[in-house]
Amino acid sequence: MMHRHRNQLLWLAYALHRFSGLTLTLFLPLHFLMLGQALNGVEALDAGLRWTDSLFFKIAEYGLVFLLTIHMFGGLRLMALEWLPWSGRQKSLAAGAVAAAFAVATGFFLTAVSP
Amino acid sequence: MSVTTHQLEVSIWRGGAGGGEFERFGVPAQVNQTVLDVVSWVQQNTDPTLTYRYACRVGMCGSCAMMVNGEPRWTCRTHVSKVTKDNRLEIAPLRNLPVIKDLVTDMDPFFDKWVAAESVHHPSMTRRDPIKPVATDSLARLVANDGIECINCAVCYSACDTVAGNDAYFGPAALNRAWTLYNDEKDAGQQDILDAVSGEGGCHNCHSQGGCSHYCPNELNPMDAIAGLKRATVKNWLRGK
Amino acid sequence: MLTFRLYMLQRITALIMAPLVIGHIAVMIFAVQGGLSAAEILGRTQGSLWWAIFYGTFALAVSIHAAIGLRTIAFEMAALKDGALDFLSWAVFVLFAALGLGAVFAVTA
Repeated sequence: MMHRHRNQLLWLAYALHRFSGLTLTLFLPLHFLMLGQALNGVEALDAGLRWTDSLFFKIAEYGLVFLLTIHMFGGLRLMALEWLPWSGRQKSLAAGAVAAAFAVATGFFLTAVSP
Repeated sequence: MSVTTHQLEVSIWRGGAGGGEFERFGVPAQVNQTVLDVVSWVQQNTDPTLTYRYACRVGMCGSCAMMVNGEPRWTCRTHVSKVTKDNRLEIAPLRNLPVIKDLVTDMDPFFDKWVAAESVHHPSMTRRDPIKPVATDSLARLVANDGIECINCAVCYSACDTVAGNDAYFGPAALNRAWTLYNDEKDAGQQDILDAVSGEGGCHNCHSQGGCSHYCPNELNPMDAIAGLKRATVKNWLRGK
Repeated sequence: MLTFRLYMLQRITALIMAPLVIGHIAVMIFAVQGGLSAAEILGRTQGSLWWAIFYGTFALAVSIHAAIGLRTIAFEMAALKDGALDFLSWAVFVLFAALGLGAVFAVTA
């Protein structure tokens, strides 16, 4: 019963936003380093790209795109909440629209990565 | 009043500034019983050393606010039947405030932040000036009206994880009041307010977790008020401050 | 500890990145079709000023955004303060900018 005050939607949105931001920060340097391999020539970059063929990597990749879209849409929702004079109901609509947009993005991505 | 034979298992936090622990009590359950009734029963019948605060006991003063099963509430307006889980109640002092003893917290930091946020009236006239009529239906007045019912109970302050993680953060109540004053046409301190809420402990620390608006017993919306302050600071900056 | 300035930097970089993120995801969906290969990637990006500007802006914006984000988390959850907090924020910014711009250079030069 310690943290019952966290059982509500807006807190979850905050937590997801923070978690996704943190995870993306941990991922990004690896991403940059891998691309930086191109400096060592095409073969070096290709060697790095081989890593991306594994199923584990594809799943991780999907997870990353998911986190990125959650973070971005969450952030845009925050800015709308702060800067646009919207009423409560419109905020729910916005959340719904965002969720739908995200579903579309995920759908597209899934078709893209399927062999 | 009918008395049932079963007992509630109540854990009440005991201790002081140096620390403490939960102590268990058995309290006779009643048909109509608030958490404040439970605490009072313990102090009156079992342990007179239990320290707690209350005043009006009818949901007007905010003095009886405590953590009940992990949520900040007015105990006089919390029916036991609504919050008991498996016949158990856990009662603790309000979060995010220093504890004096048992269920009593030191409200000084809460009020100090109130003042630091410039949530005090900034006069623009003297008694020798004619009384200026205030438009009762201007948009700014309506916005201010939405937030003025705050009775400083600190429930919102206790609900906020940002307050928990950031000592300097003013918190929802202080910022809510600042917003009502910002919109008050009799207040001459708009720039002072914006400056105060743009600093280290200001409104920009809010992460919109919404615990404040969720738990406010007066159904105020500090999260919205803080968003208003953020908008005001941005507009102010765009105007060249 | 978020003052107005840090707050605005965070939001402005977020707004700059929103279209860049959408563009990036769109490019990725296109690029992963048929598998990834270095030759294919570099064939698109090498020598291109536009890709350099696109991703260069992205790298700089994310460096600022991530530095401020991590600053907030470190302060609120790890109780980091003052000098240590400033050091972390700048270190993150410099690391991300260096690695990010380095990667941009690597694929567009």
